[in-house]
Amino acid sequence: MLENLIKNRIHKFKKYRFLFSELVSRDFQQKYKRTILGMFWSILSPLLHLLIMKVVFTEFFGRSTPHYTTYLFSGTLVMSYYKESTQHGMRSLMENHKIISKINVPKYLFLFSKNVSSLVNFALTLSVYFLFCLLDGIHFGPHMLALIYPIICLAIMNIGIGMILSALFVFFRDIQYFYELFLTLLTYMSAIFYRIDKFSPETQRLFLINPVFVVINYFRSVVIDGVIPSLPYHGLMLFYSLFYLTIGCIIYKKYNTEFVYYF
Amino acid sequence: MITVECKNVGIRYKTGDLKSIGLKEFVIKKITRTYSVKEFWANKNINFSLEKGDMLGIIGSNGAGKSTLLKAITGILIPKKGTIKTKGSIAALLELASGFDNDMTVRENTYLRGALLGYTREFLDEKYDEIISFAELENFQDHSFKQLSSGMKSRLAFSIACLVSPDIIILDEVLSVGDGAFKKKSGDKMREILGQGITGMLVSHSASQVRELCNKVLWLDHGNQIAFSDDVELLMNAYEEFLITKELPKNHDDIVKLSEAFEKRMEEKRLEEAKSEAEKLQAILEAGETESSIQAAVNILKKNRPELLA
Repeated sequence: MLENLIKNRIHKFKKYRFLFSELVSRDFQQKYKRTILGMFWSILSPLLHLLIMKVVFTEFFGRSTPHYTTYLFSGTLVMSYYKESTQHGMRSLMENHKIISKINVPKYLFLFSKNVSSLVNFALTLSVYFLFCLLDGIHFGPHMLALIYPIICLAIMNIGIGMILSALFVFFRDIQYFYELFLTLLTYMSAIFYRIDKFSPETQRLFLINPVFVVINYFRSVVIDGVIPSLPYHGLMLFYSLFYLTIGCIIYKKYNTEFVYYF
Repeated sequence: MITVECKNVGIRYKTGDLKSIGLKEFVIKKITRTYSVKEFWANKNINFSLEKGDMLGIIGSNGAGKSTLLKAITGILIPKKGTIKTKGSIAALLELASGFDNDMTVRENTYLRGALLGYTREFLDEKYDEIISFAELENFQDHSFKQLSSGMKSRLAFSIACLVSPDIIILDEVLSVGDGAFKKKSGDKMREILGQGITGMLVSHSASQVRELCNKVLWLDHGNQIAFSDDVELLMNAYEEFLITKELPKNHDDIVKLSEAFEKRMEEKRLEEAKSEAEKLQAILEAGETESSIQAAVNILKKNRPELLA
């Protein structure tokens, strides 16, 4: 039974591997079409973003925070990955509605391919991030490998949230405006440029409701303080990623053949 | 060997306040209880089966449920009742050029479409040149897709779907693509691949196309199956008569009657044409100068009664 299921999955994976790679390459091209800077743009854009933040906020928060550049960059790095991945994920079904309503292919492929291109983008920015850490005098050690864990969790969560949003977007087009608003709120709630230790312990705990903050905090803890967070903290992260992924899968399963009516 | 089999298939389709409705409108409609989603049977009790090498023509006026049925056969919609069984890979030919990406090159689009139809990279590598040369796009391979004319785009779509040799091919109003020369070529290609034992399904509003290509016909009207038969001539005659009189046949006898009426109508038309030509001929011979009038007379005779000249 289980063996058959796995065999089936592997067969399906093989069948769609080529399609998947074609979709990923298409997404890359769509993203960088007609930009002279091409791939570099994806590195340059978060750097410029960082520069603005640095200029604006150093005066207010920078003096009391050690390694403020790294502190800021940790926040923008994670936040921009989350934003890009979920916003593109949200559009993945609608953008391909002509294909989906004519050819029977698994719908999640379109979402996954968007997520892969966002992840590659994130990897590029991450390498610049490490370069900045080096310049900022951060100590590099084997503990840095722990960062793989939050990245995996975040990637899974992005897929889950992308699934939820892309389904909602098919049903209600104006979800994009709400989500944009929500993202602005989330950015301010994620302590990207300020510190949370000035708040009361209760308020500080409230920040943990925000999964993006949880990831940002993990990054800062490992990179700046050289401390790997506790086991329950890891558990919380895993919970968030699996929670959103499960909801996403349930929605896709339930509405798999319903989407066609809404295109 | 049966490749497609539909047994008592019923498909429900939804419309109403589903498409592009804003959240605000949705909430208002929910509160005022005017939110309505209509569910209706787009197909009821459809029964047919196709053997390897069959070409099915699906006919019926707009809203008959033709496209919905094809969607169910490709697996995009799930039938609410009955079962659909298919054997082998299915290539659904999209409407003209939809689903291509305008900013990618012709080559990239070919591979993407091939991948969507379920083929491997090796297979496409092998078939690529053949696809391009059939679509007559050798000089456009690295042009971006938006530079192509719409005729070229549909030629490419057709070539990809046909040359990758699926087991079942689904054509939804797409055979009338390209200019006259390509139309002939694509028609020949269709006949060729059907000869190889591919099962085909064709939705078309062109009766002559169905007569020419299909060996079975399924007639739908408002989701109901009017007839399924391999007597293409009879069904198409009846269908064309139906298009004129709008009288829906209730049983086989009605179909035969409709078909006879159509034949009669055609005969009358032929007679009428012959009569008017004869009058023309007479007029020319009475009034004209000798040489040109004889030439004109011969032309008319050649067209209408070639046996007289032989």
